[in-house]
Amino acid sequence: MSLNTQLIRSLQAPPRPVWEEPPRRAGLTLKGGFLVLCCLAILGPLWIVVVTSLSPKPVIDRAGGLVLVPDGITFINYTELLGGGQVSRAMLVSIGVTVVGTVFSMTVSVLAAYGLSRTGSLGHRFLLMSLMATMFFGAGLIPTYLLVQSLGLTDTYLSLILPSAVSVFNILVLRSFFMGIAPELTESARIDGASDLRILLTIILPLSRAVLAVISLFYAVGYWSAWFNASIYLTDQQMMPLQNVLIQLVQKSRAAPTGLQQAVHTGQLSTLGLQMAVMVLALVPVAVASPFVQRHFKKGMLTGAVKG
Amino acid sequence: MSLTAGSRPDGVRAPAAVEEPVAALAPKAVPEKRSGGAKVPFRTRLRRDRALILMTLPAIALLLLFNYVPLLGNVVAFQDYDPYVSSNGVTAIFHSPWVGVEQFSRMLGDPLFWDAAKNTLVLFVLQLVLFFPVPIALALLINSVVRPRVRAVAQAIMYLPHFFSWVLVVTVFQQIFGGAGIIAQTMERHGWGGFDLMTNASFFKFLVTAQSVWKDAGWGVIVFLAALAAVSTDLYEAAAMDGAGRWRRMWHVTLPALRPVIALLLVLRVGDALSVGFEQFLLQRDAVGAGASEVLDTYVWNMGIQNGDFSYAAAVGLVKGAIGICLVLGANRFAHLLGEQGVYKK
Repeated sequence: MSLNTQLIRSLQAPPRPVWEEPPRRAGLTLKGGFLVLCCLAILGPLWIVVVTSLSPKPVIDRAGGLVLVPDGITFINYTELLGGGQVSRAMLVSIGVTVVGTVFSMTVSVLAAYGLSRTGSLGHRFLLMSLMATMFFGAGLIPTYLLVQSLGLTDTYLSLILPSAVSVFNILVLRSFFMGIAPELTESARIDGASDLRILLTIILPLSRAVLAVISLFYAVGYWSAWFNASIYLTDQQMMPLQNVLIQLVQKSRAAPTGLQQAVHTGQLSTLGLQMAVMVLALVPVAVASPFVQRHFKKGMLTGAVKG
Repeated sequence: MSLTAGSRPDGVRAPAAVEEPVAALAPKAVPEKRSGGAKVPFRTRLRRDRALILMTLPAIALLLLFNYVPLLGNVVAFQDYDPYVSSNGVTAIFHSPWVGVEQFSRMLGDPLFWDAAKNTLVLFVLQLVLFFPVPIALALLINSVVRPRVRAVAQAIMYLPHFFSWVLVVTVFQQIFGGAGIIAQTMERHGWGGFDLMTNASFFKFLVTAQSVWKDAGWGVIVFLAALAAVSTDLYEAAAMDGAGRWRRMWHVTLPALRPVIALLLVLRVGDALSVGFEQFLLQRDAVGAGASEVLDTYVWNMGIQNGDFSYAAAVGLVKGAIGICLVLGANRFAHLLGEQGVYKK
């Protein structure tokens, strides 16, 4: 079958069962129109942000605001932002926290999920309950803040990782995925004398790539998007991650990142273009990563979500 | 016959494995079960399972430190806590004077607290009415689209904003609806000035609801689509044989299939009624002012972390948490009354 026929196949509707009424034209148009509108409402703003960030200053000035139609593409905003200075540093901080945090969270979560996946083991019920109990109460902002402060974590990157490192929900998702793996596999390994750690590494993990991808993405997005911990635990502006810099730039209407005010002042760069470029930098990693993991979402979400 | 722990070196035979209630869509397999109970001596079990326990410990330790220990820290709500009486914030608790329920009575007489509580409730109702049904409706719509490619593309696009940070979402809205945003610029060119939704206090509650819909409605669809995928086509066929048209099939087959999921999510939402969203409000607090945007969570933040009134803020947080737990339990009980399973079983 040629690629073309394959494409046409996939666009065509599968055969309808005899009892189902054929669709009416009006219904199809209405449905299609509404879906297109929904998608435009999501993609439209993103398009504008990306196009504005790629436009040269005269085009942005002429548009009087955000650019809808690209007219000449320039990467000057990006090269300026990433050529050292506040935004490059914030970018590095965000990437570092995300990578280290995700690896740490995944290690802790996978170990716990496997440890809890063998029902009937010693202390299994107690450990599971003490884990799940935290889903029903939160300790509250103030005591957590006081604790982090007196542990001496303020103004360290650890304060961005440790307090929110484990998500019980994610552990439960991993756990029920592990429990769904055919026990014959682990049993036969056990007969061959494999330890629990070995079973986890050589049997469970290779079979769980889908759920591992999904949960890693959840953790990574969490770390990438976080700004609140940084805003209360960090006082040093040099340490701020990207989201906090974005807040300062756009929300608090600071005109331009430190180091680039001069270029904006002399009219080489557009404030708006720079702001949009920072937004794109904050947006691109998640927008690129999530589609790859997307086909696993449903499975990953539901194996654990419906019942812990 | 499948081999269970009986074949392990410690020579213990397991009883036939009992199937746990695994999640609806998990692959059907009986999880490997370790034998427990009176027959196996404690020391044997400890030796056998020590690896599993050790694996669980890092997570438990983190939760202990950052969830259970701060729980005790809530005692500052009954104090006049002063972080400077001691060198360390935690030991300062032992040196601060106890004041009983003074902070709570102060809270009851505090008009700002009541404003925040009122805003929280209004926002909860708005979200329940304007946000909650949207994923259900979208799921029904997407489910009725037969072409796989169209479904896949629509879903892929709708999931996307869920992964954007609130900073980004608020910023996007500001660039479109704000005073320097694209709509304001266009209107200005046509001679109508003064358009700025982002600082409009009376419109603010609808604005934040719209932001939530934009960000998370598409994501909420997943759960409903999965529930719909589990509905047997035989039911539809049987209904069609009995002469039910497409709307009647939706009413009598599709919606009942969604009922447990809807009940579950409703219970979760009601249980979380006092947490209407935190980052979203904190980010826009400066733009619209505290009057319109203050919710209980931001009030705790403002009183505690901004003003340093830790005891009072902890008292507000404690009351919020206590009401929250009552709401979860109450909503779950209500779900049981309606014959649904709710979050946990009785």
